Amino acid sequence: MPEMIGFLKAKQAVLDRRQEIVADLKDLLPKGCLISEERELKPFETDAFLAYRQVPLAVALPETTEQVAAVLKYCSRYGVPVVPRGAGTSLSGGAIPQEDAVVIGLSKMSRILDIDLFNRTATVQAGVTNLNISEAVSADGFFYAPDPSSQLACTIGGNIGMNSGGAHCLKYGVTTNNLLGVKMVLFDGTVIELGGKALDAAGYDLLGLVCGSEGQLGIVTEATVRLIAKPEGARPVLFGFASSEAAGACVADVIGAGIIPVAMEFMDKPAIEICEAFAHAGYPLDVEALLIVEVEGSEAEMDAMLQRIIEVARRHGVTTIRECQSALEAALIWKGRKSAFGATGRIADYICMDGTVPLSQLSHVLRKTGEIVAGYGLRVANVFHAGDGNMHPLILYNINDPEDAARAEAAGNDILKLCVDAGGCLTGEHGVGIEKRDLMLHQYSRADLSQQMAARAAFDPEWILNPSKVFPLEGRPAA
Amino acid sequence: MIVHFEPASAEGIASVVRSAAAERVTLAIVGGGTRSGLGNPVRTDRTLSTRRLSGIVSYNPAEMTMSALAGTPLAEIEAALRAKGQMLSFEPMDHRPIFATSGEPTIGGVFAANVSGPRRYVAGAARDSLLGVRFVNGAGEMIKAGGRVMKNVTGLDLVKLMAGSYGTLGILTEVTFKVLPIPPAAATVVVSGLNDAEAAAAMAETMAQPVEASGAAHLPESVRGRFLDGALPDGAATVLRLEGLTDSVDLRAEKLTAALSRLGPVSRLDAEATRLLWAEIRDVKPYADGTRRPLWRVSVAPSAGHQLVAALRLQTGVDAFYDWQGGLVWLRMEADAEAELVRRYVSALGGGHASLVRAADDVRAGVPAFEPQAPAVAQLTERIRARFDPARIFNPGRMAANA
Repeated sequence: MPEMIGFLKAKQAVLDRRQEIVADLKDLLPKGCLISEERELKPFETDAFLAYRQVPLAVALPETTEQVAAVLKYCSRYGVPVVPRGAGTSLSGGAIPQEDAVVIGLSKMSRILDIDLFNRTATVQAGVTNLNISEAVSADGFFYAPDPSSQLACTIGGNIGMNSGGAHCLKYGVTTNNLLGVKMVLFDGTVIELGGKALDAAGYDLLGLVCGSEGQLGIVTEATVRLIAKPEGARPVLFGFASSEAAGACVADVIGAGIIPVAMEFMDKPAIEICEAFAHAGYPLDVEALLIVEVEGSEAEMDAMLQRIIEVARRHGVTTIRECQSALEAALIWKGRKSAFGATGRIADYICMDGTVPLSQLSHVLRKTGEIVAGYGLRVANVFHAGDGNMHPLILYNINDPEDAARAEAAGNDILKLCVDAGGCLTGEHGVGIEKRDLMLHQYSRADLSQQMAARAAFDPEWILNPSKVFPLEGRPAA
Repeated sequence: MIVHFEPASAEGIASVVRSAAAERVTLAIVGGGTRSGLGNPVRTDRTLSTRRLSGIVSYNPAEMTMSALAGTPLAEIEAALRAKGQMLSFEPMDHRPIFATSGEPTIGGVFAANVSGPRRYVAGAARDSLLGVRFVNGAGEMIKAGGRVMKNVTGLDLVKLMAGSYGTLGILTEVTFKVLPIPPAAATVVVSGLNDAEAAAAMAETMAQPVEASGAAHLPESVRGRFLDGALPDGAATVLRLEGLTDSVDLRAEKLTAALSRLGPVSRLDAEATRLLWAEIRDVKPYADGTRRPLWRVSVAPSAGHQLVAALRLQTGVDAFYDWQGGLVWLRMEADAEAELVRRYVSALGGGHASLVRAADDVRAGVPAFEPQAPAVAQLTERIRARFDPARIFNPGRMAANA
């Protein structure tokens, strides 16, 4: 049985000073912005990676950048670890705290500061939800492109921390491609600004380094993002196949033919059944695999692109093609897809993998994934962003059975190694967190990781920020 | 250019670097040398070229990715892509015309300087297409970062950090990047006779419509005649590029024409003229004049570009044209570089990045090529530099005194 993932050993000196730290932080924050009662700390003990939980020392909920700075300055001065948190929807444990850590939650910083349609930018506080941005500009015909499935809840600060993706990234890119600037607080309380409404900034691409750094380089408090004009129309179309391999091969051939739909999502039979039972989206139940392909533009443009996709799909023996007839139907199709994880959670506990593979390897990796999971005596549902090769096998298990949990974790590790060995990577959009931390050496050499840690140390020399995450605990530089 | 080292392998580069670091021998890192005018002038003990590290390592058109050794000529890469109907979406600019340099630009140089063109404002810069790198750091270690898949958040994104670091953090030995299909059709809608402010508004209006313009530039009357051998219609030209499937481009061009015709005469360029025009915009044709008159590349918010030029015109002799919806301003000064003035106005207009791309040697010696950074950011820069190249042997001073 594999060992469970470890956290850094709590600093006894910090735990011993708990009362004092709580009192000091209360002084730095407005009333009601510091949580220290055991019962109230409970909701912060984990995130959407439910396999692990730890109650933090305290939770700070600052209302301003200055307050974030004050808390960080204090914590770095006394060596108190800090774990940043947005909405707590991380699937890799990015926001799971540790016993000796102060969680800095950005939920109270949820104001939209500036909408600039001339320059197509929105500047928002880090606690604003992903969907809020699109909703704020929708009436004017714009949207914010990255759309993680948790977009109703997840915050832009968390999206930046994880460089989040989503279904529509095939055409529009992930967070890093849509982020123009941030205001952030460094470990010692220094406030810096990177980027802004101009596309280029001087110097190293620190904005690019910060995006996806999992809260290890600083805490982002404000962000400026790019807005895009909404297409005239969009239409998801369902393509059913007799096998997962055929669907996977079709995806690769669509892209290979130079067609880039705005989204291309994959579901296998177990995923279709789970999502259909939840959303009643009208997914065909008599197919082994389903692609949701979204095209956009004017009616004529959508028809033209669809025609080309249908030609490719026919070559792969597509058995069902269903165009939706109404906006309601389209909304249901996406609701079903975006609820996939939640719907799965209704029938079983699951862990969700996030490896990305080259498109030519999709079919192979899908088949091997099935074999691996079956080999551990477990079940798997596959629902993922096929167009960019970003796979999400959901391994179903029983969280209350430790042996089952250990088997699920082992199966997950095997799948991620399979992805890396197929020329891919451990995580495409969920982040390393604690979940994949100990697999980093499968993808990178010691020297590669040391270089990443060296960059990290330039921002946080004492490893105050989210220190249990991303990098294996062994082989770290001495602080 | 005297090249002292020209290793033919990454291992060879690593070995040169290890000895150089031990002896504190500074190295100028060059590819084709066509862009060596970018950044601050650098004086080093030796030069190391990646030129012999050449060749496409892998290219899978169906996966839309390519890997190439850093010294591979850009021309070779673009030809291989074209043969499969693909392209680099970020349209890297060719610096030879404005610098009057010769030689072959390399793919490593493109990414080291994050060189991008007109499509950058919608399709991203070179850094957005870069998926993975291999490089030799200042300790002579061979490091890899990123990979060859489209989505990858495994660890810190050193790929972005390496893009645009001008060889000061490491020597790129191999790059893996995303490519896109060449759109089957293209056209340019031209609105004639708008002043700079009106043009900015027309470009913003275009970007607010669902027409997916992939180019938005404004060529004032002073430069208009330099494009397409004077074939653009009379008056300043506001040019809007549409790309995609043939029917779709036609439809969108009609839609855009209908929306903009109230502003002035609207005409249309065909695919061939479109290709030429945007290559000329990309390569800054009006200022490829064989002179060394100061040339600035200014990145600001699109609404600020024309305001910057208007403010400068009241104080000094300046000529300008705009790309990126008005947010990229190419400024050619008549005489003095006016660095203090340019940077003061950029900052007053909401900030951005004014970089001095070209000037006489004595001017370049006295003006930081890149926008000076806030102290806390400059400190971070210095700390990063120190952790990648502790002996400070790579291109010292190229980006800033501390980098």
